[in-house]
Amino acid sequence: MKHFVIASVLVIVVTVLIILGLGSIDLVPNLASAEGEYVDLMFRAQLYVISFIFALIIVFILYSVVVFRRKPGDTSDGPHIRGNTTLEITWTVIPLIVVMGFGVWGALHLSEITAQEPNELVVEVTGFQFGWRFEYPDYGVNSSELYLPRDRKVLFRLTSTDVIHSFWIPEFRIKQDAVPGLWTELRVTPTQPGDYRVRCAELCGYAHSAMYAPVVVVEPDEFQAWLEGQEVGTPTPPEDLTPVERGAQLAEQQGCLSCHSIDGSTQVGPTWLGLYGSERPLEDGSTVVADEEYLRTAILDPGSQVVQGFPNIMPPAYTFLSDEELAALVAYLESLSD
Amino acid sequence: MTVLSLGIVRGLAAQIVGTALGMGLVVLVRVLMGLHAWEAEPATVVGAMLGTIFFMIGVGSMNDWFRWARGEATPIHHGPPEGRPSWTRYFGVDYSHKVIGIQYGVTAILLLLTGGALASIFRVELAEAGRQFLDPAVFNTMIGMHGWGMIISILLGIAAFANYLIPLLIGASDMAFPRLNSWAFWLNVPAALVFLTSMFVGGWDTGWTAYPPLSARAPLGMQLYFVAVFFFGISSIVGALNLIATILLLRAPGMSLFRMPIFAWGVLATSIIALTATQLIALSFIMVMMQRLLGMGFFDPAQGGNPILFQHLFWFYSHPAVYIFVLPGLGVISEILPVFCRKPLFGYKWVALSSIAIALAGFLVWAHHMFTSGMASFLRVPFMFSTLLVAVPTGVKFFSWVATIWGGKLTFPTPMLFVLGALSVFLIGGLSGPPNGIVTTDLFLHDTYWIVGHFHATMFGGFVFPFFAAMYYWFPKLTGRMYNERLGQLHFWLMTPAFWIQSLGQMRVGLLGMRRRIVDYDPALGIEGGQLAVTIAGLVIGLSVLIMLVNLVYSARRGRVAERNPWNSRSPEWQIPSPVPEVNYPDGLQVIGEPYDYGLPDSRYVNLQVAAAGE
Ligand code: HEC
Ligand SMILES: [Cu+2]
Ligand SMILES: [Cu+2]
Repeated sequence: MKHFVIASVLVIVVTVLIILGLGSIDLVPNLASAEGEYVDLMFRAQLYVISFIFALIIVFILYSVVVFRRKPGDTSDGPHIRGNTTLEITWTVIPLIVVMGFGVWGALHLSEITAQEPNELVVEVTGFQFGWRFEYPDYGVNSSELYLPRDRKVLFRLTSTDVIHSFWIPEFRIKQDAVPGLWTELRVTPTQPGDYRVRCAELCGYAHSAMYAPVVVVEPDEFQAWLEGQEVGTPTPPEDLTPVERGAQLAEQQGCLSCHSIDGSTQVGPTWLGLYGSERPLEDGSTVVADEEYLRTAILDPGSQVVQGFPNIMPPAYTFLSDEELAALVAYLESLSD
Repeated sequence: MTVLSLGIVRGLAAQIVGTALGMGLVVLVRVLMGLHAWEAEPATVVGAMLGTIFFMIGVGSMNDWFRWARGEATPIHHGPPEGRPSWTRYFGVDYSHKVIGIQYGVTAILLLLTGGALASIFRVELAEAGRQFLDPAVFNTMIGMHGWGMIISILLGIAAFANYLIPLLIGASDMAFPRLNSWAFWLNVPAALVFLTSMFVGGWDTGWTAYPPLSARAPLGMQLYFVAVFFFGISSIVGALNLIATILLLRAPGMSLFRMPIFAWGVLATSIIALTATQLIALSFIMVMMQRLLGMGFFDPAQGGNPILFQHLFWFYSHPAVYIFVLPGLGVISEILPVFCRKPLFGYKWVALSSIAIALAGFLVWAHHMFTSGMASFLRVPFMFSTLLVAVPTGVKFFSWVATIWGGKLTFPTPMLFVLGALSVFLIGGLSGPPNGIVTTDLFLHDTYWIVGHFHATMFGGFVFPFFAAMYYWFPKLTGRMYNERLGQLHFWLMTPAFWIQSLGQMRVGLLGMRRRIVDYDPALGIEGGQLAVTIAGLVIGLSVLIMLVNLVYSARRGRVAERNPWNSRSPEWQIPSPVPEVNYPDGLQVIGEPYDYGLPDSRYVNLQVAAAGE
């Protein structure tokens, strides 16, 4: 009995220490959505229970290891105790109640997280190897950046053009797969203005690790301004565009801009600003001048000339581009060096 | 003696011939149909299948069945083959459960080393942000090869111990169906070769889960992976059938089900799952194979198929598979603990029945892997409840183990250390489970490194640690010699802290946003320290396993000669000489008491009529 009391006190001490320890570090990224509060609350509650059970088992084992060692020279056996039905029933029923309680709580939270609201902002998200496209059907806007207003519930309707992807912004906490041939749904209310990233969470092939898209959460009025700045209405048919305009459109549609920037910033791939005509250091140590020929090869066979300091992850899949589209893209790239 | 007298050599030669024939057949059919002659996919699939069948014939695993068909007598030959050195029996068809157990064990270790080597390579790639030396396509192939390589190594490792130990523990002379037993083992060899080949014909970039549509467009290696899993699966089903029959029918007189050594309960529960669930993964993979070969669009939305259907079929096996992997290991823990605590196993019946409860509940939870998949939203709630239920019998096991330890007279040789290590590691694995089972937190944790940490901890705590314990524990019984205790302790003290760091490190980076299965990660997440720690810990684990192998190989030849019952165990296998003679219990065996009545004076578990004659 004495041992039992000491061990029980130790369990409580260790539980408290673990909880304090976990409380002193940042376990999860900053929270930026209303739905995430349910997740974080639930996770914290789980951690408390986990800490207690962990301490319970570990302390009793370690205490036994220290106290109940066999003394040197002792060859006798321990006490002959086969079991205790009351105890077994106790440690069946109590955990059953606890987990079922968590189940009910989780179900209630789930219905909060999936609840609809009248004034939802609808965003249609299309995943593709290896990028994301966002459409705001109510505004006729199409973008490779996900702009969201703060404090308004967003209904993401997700699909994919090729394989399964998963739409995840860690700061928003919850994720949802984007499945070809299907529309899936996810509701999120952003609460913190700032820059985030969509990170594809389902293995989707070659450049899965680089399947990002920028996310910007802004105040509602800034969001309105952004919407108005975007091209509204139906896009001009390709034949009415100049090659440079057509190239800009393609770069957007084909998801090039999820890896390349046009403002000089470095994303997954090198920026396109000032690329044309510059000297390109290659991975094999050589340098080449980025002429038209180089750009074509870079798009059609990206692995053949890998730019120094960058991973060889640009999809080698753009051979389906027509000659006219390729020329437009190259023209657009050239225009970024004027 | 010529090399061709070794079954495995004949089998390999036949596999090559069979593969060539299969490919030729496809070419022939295509030419006759007026198509262009060479099409890699069908040729490879048919070649791999025919090659495997040819191996099975070539190795001689079906000779007796052919003889039956011809009406010839097929007496079972006991002992090493006549006129050949005794080691050759391990390289061909032999019906002894002890030989087959060793064959399984060595194959399992070879696959474990392969899987471990792959992991070491890609962990080095992941030690730092930025791409170091692995092409993403190669990386993606390697994670899948690591995953399935380890899974099959676990399945074979379980089969190794089950085959070797179950007849010994229940007092039988062999398994119920010795020929089927040997057949089931040999099927793994050609399947493993097909599996390893998949890496070199384009690989497959889907991870072991092989979700379509990605798997429907993956390189050629994907098909070989499907073929290999199909044959591994057949072996697993047949092996399970054999174990169930053995446990139910061949127990010694007096051994009621509740007087079986507890390991047998674990194996029984595992075998029930393997016998009935494995078909589903084979089915799901065959359907993708057919989609690729014949254009049947089961999972292709453009043809009316549904990618989510695949996930249901796949997880209907692959969740219960987790319990296939851990139940025997948990049985090992329950088996070894009483010996080194010198106390009865606390609540034997509860521990035994909790294995069955876990096995049965395991069938009801598969869709907890699909909370984010896009299946009907309301389905998530019942699967959350069924998943949480599994925590209850698992808790019963834990509490019973602690109660077994409490107040005992503990000693700490290497097997006991690994059992305690298993408890601590399985505890992390078990406790990190419910957050994934509760839908809301899973929407955050799914497909992150938290999950990677969680399932590695369950696999290590439920399989790897217990089976290392088992290797040390039964090593004297297998070889008649003791392992080196110092090296054993070194292995433990390297591996356990390293595993803790690896596991907690994986969970930590996962919470911070590290996704599963990525070749490179965003340094902005602030996880570089964690990643490096996980890599170093992983390499230390690899090193410690090598130390174990050196220890076991060296000790098998040079170790101190072991006494008959070094652990002073009550179990029947320790009452007979080590290594176990060709015939397990020549004078029969009778159960006259409870298996774990340590501390009850003058009680015995079994009576061997000539027991202790040599002492
Ligand atoms: C998944 C990310 C990704 C996508 C999508 C992508 N690229 Fe790239 N791209 C890269 C990376 C990384 C590099 C640098 C490595 C290399 O040269 O292969 C690169 C290099 C290039 C280069 C050479 C740049 C230089 O600095 O010399 C060009 C030109 C280019 N990409 C064009 C395109 C075009 C056009 C598209 C769309 C049709 C596209 N990329 C889509 C990642 C991407
Ligand atoms: Cu993706
Ligand atoms: Cu599962």
